[in-house]
Amino acid sequence: MRNPFRSEADAFRFVWLTIGYFALIVIGAVISSWLGLAVFLVLTAAGIWLLVRRGEPETPVAQTPAESPAGEYRILVVANETVGGPELLSEIRTRSVGRKAVVLVVCPALNSPLRRWVSDEDEARAAAQARLDQSLASMHESGLDVGGEIGDGDPIQAIEDALRTFRPDELIISTHPVGRSQWLERGVVEKARERFALRVTHVVVDLDA
Amino acid sequence: MSAAAEAHEHHGPPPVHYSSRVSPSVLGMFLFIASEIMLFGAFFTVYFFDRVVNHGVGGHWPPDGFHRPAFVAGVNTLILVTSSFTMHWADTSIKKGNRAGLCAGMTLTFLLGLTFLLTQIIEYHRIGFNTSDTSFAATFFGLTGLHGVHVFVGLTILLVMTIRAFRGHFSPEHHHGIEIGGIYWHFVDVMWIVVYVTVYLL
Repeated sequence: MRNPFRSEADAFRFVWLTIGYFALIVIGAVISSWLGLAVFLVLTAAGIWLLVRRGEPETPVAQTPAESPAGEYRILVVANETVGGPELLSEIRTRSVGRKAVVLVVCPALNSPLRRWVSDEDEARAAAQARLDQSLASMHESGLDVGGEIGDGDPIQAIEDALRTFRPDELIISTHPVGRSQWLERGVVEKARERFALRVTHVVVDLDA
Repeated sequence: MSAAAEAHEHHGPPPVHYSSRVSPSVLGMFLFIASEIMLFGAFFTVYFFDRVVNHGVGGHWPPDGFHRPAFVAGVNTLILVTSSFTMHWADTSIKKGNRAGLCAGMTLTFLLGLTFLLTQIIEYHRIGFNTSDTSFAATFFGLTGLHGVHVFVGLTILLVMTIRAFRGHFSPEHHHGIEIGGIYWHFVDVMWIVVYVTVYLL
């Protein structure tokens, strides 16, 4: 549901709607009590229907980041606990052989649903930042042109947010092996392949190996 | 500087960290509206309960001997609705960089709000019954008084906004204070329309 008081202009429009709503009810009630009740029921039902209808997902606004320069290969990496995994580093290094690769690593700040809902994300972000810093340091040592940022707790949302400012040629999603990965259980890789018009690569990192 | 780092270069303090799904301002506004609905809802529940119970006893609402000053309150309603227009004018003016319009709009909004509150206080003195005179009187003063408190809070906010406007604060890019104050004032207006229709007309 969309907040009807999101801006002053929205609230002003709501004042108008309220005046119209009650004016019709009063006119109906003056003619007949039952008519007033009927107008109230019809208008209230119409209002709820409109609110629910407006709550449907809006069409995303297309924002196109700058094109990558010719000869540059841009990689968006989404990883959380596996962000420093050797398999992931190896995949990135493979892609940077013989060309300039620019890498953006997004580390979603995983959080509990309750903490997420009340925006209590400090701890989750701090943990994700620590993992990201460690990973970036090792990638820099390997000579990679790499940047990083913390993303939304939902990996699909984090990818979508990153795509607003970074236009990659490839998306790499790094997860634990099957059976230990919550992202695989939730079908994150499949959803990303369905949703984004990008080459999507799934890298499995087994930290216990 | 690397290309990736350059693409994400950021000046000033770090960006606010919050989920892109539930922003604190939206959540805060939802919680505020929810709490206000519960507060007014409790008073309306008492009012309607009283009305349903007592309507069956005497067959009249309001009870015999009580008169609701619907005309004066109607004029007061027009004053408050007009103040919403002037508030919107002030907000639109600052968005267009019209400082004179902002100052005039804020001053008019404050004066109209003050007129509404003073009229209500005068009405209380002349209405002819008091809070202890039957449950109707208690719920009448409860509902209109609760709204009056909201108007008083709104006037305080408007006063601060008006002083800031005259001191040169706010700009087309930065006028968050006007937006938030305006939202609150329109909310007060909406609540009065509900109170007026329920208590004075129906």
